[in-house]
Amino acid sequence: MTEVAITPELIAQHGLTPEEYQSILDILGREPTLTELGIFSVMWSEHCSYKCSKRTLKCFPTRGPKVLVGPGENAGVIDLGHGLAVCFKIESHNHPSAIEPYNGAATGVGGILRDIFTMGARPIAMLNPLRFGRITDPHMQWLVGGVIAGIADYGNCVGVPTVAGDIYFQDCYEQNILVNVMCVGLMRKDQLMLARAQGPGNLVVYYGSPTGRDGIHGATFASKEDPHSQQRSAVQVGDPFMGKKIIEATLELIASGAAVGIQDMGAAGLTCSSCEMASRAGTGVEIDLDRVPQRADGMNAYEIMLSESQERMLAVIPREKIDVAREILERWEVGCHILGEVKSDGLLRVKHRGEVVAEIPAVKIADQSPQYSPEARRPAYLDTIPVAPVPYPAPPDWGDALLRLLRCPTIASKRWVYSQYDHMVQTATVVRPGDGDAAVLRIKDTPMHLAVTVDGNSTMCWLDPETGGKMVVAEGARNVVMVGAEPLGLTDCLNFGNPNKPEVFWTFDKCVRGMAEACRALGTPVTGGNVSFYNESKGLAVFPTPIVGVVGKIEPPRRILTPGWKNAGDRIFLIGGAEQHLGGSIFAQLWQPQQAERAGYYDEREPGPVIGPCPTFDLELERALQQFVLEANRRGLINAAHDLSEGGLAVALAECCIKSGREKLEARSGKRSAVEYLGARIDVPNVKCLASWLFSEAPSRALAACEPAHAAELTALAQDFRVPVVALGEVSTDAALLLGDVLDLPVAALLAAHETLPY
Amino acid sequence: MKAAVIVFPGSNCDDDCRWALEHVCGVLTEMVWFRNRVPDDVDLIVLPGGFSYGDYLRAGALARFAPAMESVREAAEKGRLVLGICNGFQILVEAQLLPGVLLRNTCLQFLCKDVFLKTVRSDTPFTHGVPDVVRMPIAHGMGNYYIDADGLKALQDNGQIVFQYCDHAGRVTAEANPNGSLDNIAGIVNRAGNVLGMMPHPERAAEDALGCHDGRYLLESAIRHLTRA
Repeated sequence: MTEVAITPELIAQHGLTPEEYQSILDILGREPTLTELGIFSVMWSEHCSYKCSKRTLKCFPTRGPKVLVGPGENAGVIDLGHGLAVCFKIESHNHPSAIEPYNGAATGVGGILRDIFTMGARPIAMLNPLRFGRITDPHMQWLVGGVIAGIADYGNCVGVPTVAGDIYFQDCYEQNILVNVMCVGLMRKDQLMLARAQGPGNLVVYYGSPTGRDGIHGATFASKEDPHSQQRSAVQVGDPFMGKKIIEATLELIASGAAVGIQDMGAAGLTCSSCEMASRAGTGVEIDLDRVPQRADGMNAYEIMLSESQERMLAVIPREKIDVAREILERWEVGCHILGEVKSDGLLRVKHRGEVVAEIPAVKIADQSPQYSPEARRPAYLDTIPVAPVPYPAPPDWGDALLRLLRCPTIASKRWVYSQYDHMVQTATVVRPGDGDAAVLRIKDTPMHLAVTVDGNSTMCWLDPETGGKMVVAEGARNVVMVGAEPLGLTDCLNFGNPNKPEVFWTFDKCVRGMAEACRALGTPVTGGNVSFYNESKGLAVFPTPIVGVVGKIEPPRRILTPGWKNAGDRIFLIGGAEQHLGGSIFAQLWQPQQAERAGYYDEREPGPVIGPCPTFDLELERALQQFVLEANRRGLINAAHDLSEGGLAVALAECCIKSGREKLEARSGKRSAVEYLGARIDVPNVKCLASWLFSEAPSRALAACEPAHAAELTALAQDFRVPVVALGEVSTDAALLLGDVLDLPVAALLAAHETLPY
Repeated sequence: MKAAVIVFPGSNCDDDCRWALEHVCGVLTEMVWFRNRVPDDVDLIVLPGGFSYGDYLRAGALARFAPAMESVREAAEKGRLVLGICNGFQILVEAQLLPGVLLRNTCLQFLCKDVFLKTVRSDTPFTHGVPDVVRMPIAHGMGNYYIDADGLKALQDNGQIVFQYCDHAGRVTAEANPNGSLDNIAGIVNRAGNVLGMMPHPERAAEDALGCHDGRYLLESAIRHLTRA
């Protein structure tokens, strides 16, 4: 290959600072080749090296008695007992999806799947937190449709159910949508596979799709502001059919015992997988690029090393097992190409057309990337947020207010989304999307169930990054508790703007510290995650958006809980904190009587500005609430539970009615009735602000229903746990939500509003 | 008796079918790789759902050339039971073991939800124990059954329409049709009645843990038919 002169312009184009280039010269003791410059560029990009976030991330608790694998590997692993373990991880695919929603989202799904099955776990569930701008904008509708279709086509094809997710529509995501993807896998503990290039002399084997020119510099791309200034060629195209074949081939390869280490080629492709595997094992890797299967003609070493073509895997196979591996890989028609071998010299050595085109100490690229502590400064906007709650005049009609909230796209049913996802394949989905605060999956051949959820309320994080960060973790953990599960661990995806802006870095740092404190208090270690910076266009950053994925376990005597009412006459309780005020609530974004220019209601699809302040949050109360619900469930006291979140108490009550629907089946004739619903009769206390009582989004609150016979024990138990409990009323046979003389709506009306399509 | 589930590259309901047959219904079930022949001692062959060959070209269009399909055809001709579910149904029509075609859903989207089915024929080997109205999930993007007018008339005259999409009370209405299928067709048999293709997934509705056991009636009908014979 003709050597290209390394100029300051070329260095800058590769996103490297002059200081970073100096470190490269120090490491190599000479000028890098173009290929080497490319390798350093991607490996030291924020996306791969976490150079701005690493120091802050250290505050997360990452250990626990059940944590088998923490951060640093492809995914975290937690012990489930019964010889099984759960493996999970969340990742972002924001930048590609902003430009090419279909392939951006699809390859996000493909990528996170690979992180899971390379660990030896079979992927059993996908979850997708999505953040979009105003839904009335036709361009946004195109993005929404593309992202959902991309997720659906990939996930459906590979046969992994998409069981949960959440979607918020908020103006701050107008230029930068967020597409996060989480995958959960199940494995036998003894099949755990790490991404390490162990054993000098072992073969380095490439399988999966051939390498093309697509996605070169995707990782660098994700580490730059403004995705819109970039070229579409940095977005890869997915092939779910190959994805499905490499899942099966990889799991069989691991089960056969033929592989000693496996890593997928994701961000930074062959470069990242070879460097990281060598670095983790303290070895070197020598590969010959002439042996890489290629789908484009005349690719040079630089292109082959940096390609981010999808569905490609790298495995380390001992020589004596290569025949076993080859038989498996060829049977699944994924190819089996020996690129080179593991060396003991600690070097990543890349050959191409008979020449050495790169020779770098692997550990220096993978683990000794520059680290920065960016400047942090409290953003000025925080001073404009009111400290005390604004007084709220009552809207003209409370029933109308509730229906508006139920129609609001962020709160309304997401059936129009999850009906496009196969959420039942693998026949394990026991609580389907929309049916519970978290999805619940059975684990066949065991008495266990897994609960999985993703959460992240960025409004609260914008109003108060530290408190908001705590609330995000609390809500994730609370949602798995509400379906009956004990939270086991957490993965996080931190979506922020440009970290080199002191205000952005300050909010990042505060959010993470808040999250870490909540993780410690709630006993949910962080087993891995992802940082996505530079979600910023035209100088406008997204709200600080940390998203958590939480995994929990339900084991007898605990039962699965769902929000829907079960029997007429059951007692309904409000448990946890007080309502506080309307700060940060969606109701406050819809009903804005105080706005000088546009007093009154905003269209629910185009909510007004966020109104502060952030509610206060008490970690001790949150912990007590979760422990209380777990214990009440263990004793079999409650038969319905529902977290209060967007829309507050009134929306939560409406949802419990909507989700109470059941068909009656006549045993003898097999005749079915239409779905019948239960309602609720609620006593409205004498409160200072009825709007707050109905719609406040204060944290640490939930609804629980129990049979009348259990009411006294439940109340006493709450007192033992020092959790406030208020009797609200009871479940009624007439399908209507009746709140004293404040509001009386038939469930059919609630349901119709809730099922409103956003566009 | 013995059942077999064919595994094509891209099948993804193969293990769900095995679970329902083996674990729920207690039938010995063999997984048959698409390159191999179905063993001669198999009484019930299931072509599972999924995306064989990634739906490339057209759903089922490539799978019908898989070596296993030759033995499926022979088994069908010998009167053994063949059940194609979802992608399995698509493969059966592509292989012309069943008439008609499956087009994209009229909504142009993949659709995963519960539907009600009217059991039009309860005298087939697959449906003799199935109630008049059952609930099962669908999960497909190409389930819109189509056949020309003569073909439809032949299906009707020969009583080959086995399941139609309906509402909870068994009314076959346009609103109950999720994908635009002609005549609300959800499942058909061949003229001999031993080959059934259907878009809904009985294996996903075979246990109360999954919210419904109606699919089990269908699997057990086939099993009872075979063990009685």
